[in-house]
Amino acid sequence: MLTYTLKRLLQGVVTVWFIATVTFFAMHALPGNPLESEKGMSETIRANLDKKFGLDKPEYVQYFTYMFNMVKGDFGLSFKHENRSVNSIIRERFPVSAILGILAIVFAGLGGVLWGALTAIYRNRWPDILIIILVIVGISVPSFVFASVGQLGLVFLNRFFGTTVLPVAGWGEISHMLTPALILGLGTMAFLTRLMRSSMLEIVNADFIRTARSKGVPPTQVFAKHQLRNAVLPVVTVLGPSIAGITTGGFVVENIFGIPGLGQYFVLAVQQSDYGVIMGTTVFYGAFLVFMVILVDLLYAWIDPRVRLE
Amino acid sequence: MTDTIVPPPAPPSEGVATNVIPGSGKQLAWYFLYGTVGLVAIILVLGYLQQEFTVGNINQAAVDYETNSINLVLSEEPPQLDSGTATDSVSGMLLGHVMEGLLRYNANDELIPGIAHDWEVSEQAARFHLREDAFWSDGTPVTAHDFVFAWRRALAVETASQYAFIMYPIKNAEKVNRGELPTEELGVTAVSDYELEIQLERPTPFFASLTAFTTFFPINEAFYKTRGDNYATNAEDLIFNGPFSMVHWAHDASVRLEKNPYYWNKDAVRLDAINFGYILRDSEARLRLFESGAIVFAGIAAENLDKALEKRWLIKEHNSGAVYFTEINHRPERLTANWNLRRALQLVNDPVELVNKVVKIPGFQPGESIFPTWIKGVDGYFRDEYPMKEHVPNPVLAREHLAKAMEELNLTSPPTLTLLSGDNPTSNKQSEYFQAHWRKHLGIEIRIDRQIFKQRLAKMQSGDFDLVLAGWAPDYDDGLTFGDLFASWNENNRGRYVSEYVDKNVRIAQNSTDPRERMEAFNKVQHRIYDDVAIILNYESGSLYVIDERVGGVSRRVIGADPDYAFAYLIDEES
Repeated sequence: MLTYTLKRLLQGVVTVWFIATVTFFAMHALPGNPLESEKGMSETIRANLDKKFGLDKPEYVQYFTYMFNMVKGDFGLSFKHENRSVNSIIRERFPVSAILGILAIVFAGLGGVLWGALTAIYRNRWPDILIIILVIVGISVPSFVFASVGQLGLVFLNRFFGTTVLPVAGWGEISHMLTPALILGLGTMAFLTRLMRSSMLEIVNADFIRTARSKGVPPTQVFAKHQLRNAVLPVVTVLGPSIAGITTGGFVVENIFGIPGLGQYFVLAVQQSDYGVIMGTTVFYGAFLVFMVILVDLLYAWIDPRVRLE
Repeated sequence: MTDTIVPPPAPPSEGVATNVIPGSGKQLAWYFLYGTVGLVAIILVLGYLQQEFTVGNINQAAVDYETNSINLVLSEEPPQLDSGTATDSVSGMLLGHVMEGLLRYNANDELIPGIAHDWEVSEQAARFHLREDAFWSDGTPVTAHDFVFAWRRALAVETASQYAFIMYPIKNAEKVNRGELPTEELGVTAVSDYELEIQLERPTPFFASLTAFTTFFPINEAFYKTRGDNYATNAEDLIFNGPFSMVHWAHDASVRLEKNPYYWNKDAVRLDAINFGYILRDSEARLRLFESGAIVFAGIAAENLDKALEKRWLIKEHNSGAVYFTEINHRPERLTANWNLRRALQLVNDPVELVNKVVKIPGFQPGESIFPTWIKGVDGYFRDEYPMKEHVPNPVLAREHLAKAMEELNLTSPPTLTLLSGDNPTSNKQSEYFQAHWRKHLGIEIRIDRQIFKQRLAKMQSGDFDLVLAGWAPDYDDGLTFGDLFASWNENNRGRYVSEYVDKNVRIAQNSTDPRERMEAFNKVQHRIYDDVAIILNYESGSLYVIDERVGGVSRRVIGADPDYAFAYLIDEES
């Protein structure tokens, strides 16, 4: 188990290094100077800016400087928010995205499992059909539509009651995170519902279910201990990567609900060619995703010894 | 939310498909219950973490009579609150509320005393007399030394300020900025604590108006030294000499300003606090906040106009000061270097149609001159004193010019031109309009080259276009901010338009202190730019906004802090 863990961790480090390198050169290959703005700059001012941000040196020197600092845990300065370090941006912003993401994943996970089980139990009857229609909507409608419609709904809700039932935007209290988290989790919830449904239906015909039932195990126990528990496994598998996906993919929801998360920086930095923030957030999220995948793998290996041998 | 729904009663067992385990529905209902309880627990834990480890908004009513304050939204996290390096409008707006330069603008866009109570500007020098009752928010006096420090710092090579050029009228400024002279050589001296003397590099008739600009704001050296690299990164890392102090800045969430008790003119400040409770990038979401009564001001983007009209809000217009045009590539290897071709394009161009049928936003005006309507002239407005000749679209004449151009360029059919454009709904709509328009009237094919912001800039810079949709927003309150745009040496002249005649007149406008002579020069520039078809004018942009009727005294301006709430007030509930 230890060898397996170490091997996976080493692979993870190499992956992160690879992500950092590819991002670095891809970013530099983008046409345009990151410090360029709509107003043209005189040679003097451009030279001063290049010097301040280290762009006056050859690319490979910049690369090694960056890598060296990164290993020390220093992601450098933001190009747009000139005096702020990327470290402080990640430190302040990531907890927000993480909290929102965790709640979204809880919504998605619980909702997905329960809806999925429900559709399987009432297969081909109206609850199944209704939920499957909703699932298709959830998968196909993009999150910015949900976010806008959801926010509009809040405006009407608050006006109807003449008071703030749920805030339209903002961050800081429990009431602020409910709607955005639900909307953020909707897509994943729909996906998990479908996954749960098919895995439930597959298992109900499995041999061990039949055996359990034939030897006289009470039906509720067969359902709870054999069917549900086994059907949930594939859901847990995809939960790992989707945690990373949801925590990083909050851009749209964060934008519309005014949530001070990292997702905004992740996306806007690319548009603004903010080298510091592009590198910082990509490497950070990359490492986060790799870590999540490793964690799931290790859990699997721990649960199922056959994985370790492969 | 989904988990609280009670499942429907279990169906009768005989009707159920054989592969369903009986009783599972009931069991699932229990799980729903457990799930709900678990969910509530998780929400409570996350809520605790949220309050402990993250920053939040400061919530308050849009108009709060009790605390005499208003609530607003920012369109983005202020990128830079260091007055020496700030370039964007959000930072400029905030700084305009918490800082004050030598002079400032009043509600009618007239220059009024700020930290300086008196001033003289001559051809070689300027002298400002500072008031002795101006203080920083830590109680120390604002002195001439604070200005000397801030200006030297803004021009220092290490500061790398993008707006350093705005200080170039000061003697030796450009050399200091290039690192050729030490910052001490900058032509600015504190004659005494309350007298500031400036040597000018060249006569600058509008120098006084520059001192109202962000880059010219003072910085308290002693305080700056205590913060070093962290200066201006948080509310605690700044001190203020303006009408308000920033008491709270939660990055990406909210900013709160409270009345500065040390401000010299505090009696004129009527609000006790300005709360920017939200930072929201999405313009539609900002409008929804206004609709829900959470904020007092919201801008209206083109795509939200219909919705705003439906609500029957009182929509106000504001000339935002920028001029938009189709910039033309004049580099000799380009087809567009041919005057007849440019003239043909210009002659079919119809700014009135563009504004009324394509842009369709009230507040926009058809572009007639490179100098927008708000630019001041000798006594009144420049454009009233020196009207531009009327532009009448003439497709017939245009086709004659096109035929001549084809002859000169040895072309057998109308050429294909590349139109570089931004990649956003507004640019797409306009570039497609131009494509159809020029094809219809001239048979010229337009290849639209859509690029995101930085890539478009890179292509503009390298001259990789025939035509590009561009615009210009002013830097300071003088015609020269537009007038020198197409001087051969200007780095914003991306089409490399070169005209000795224009250059000569720009120099006159730069060096003369006689208003009439300068305006004459600007008049020659505006006509020559039209006659030469240096660019094709499209429109002057406007902006629309809604504001809560309980708030008065908010100024909109083209230059400087906009919107300006510094002297705003609440209108009594009764009246």
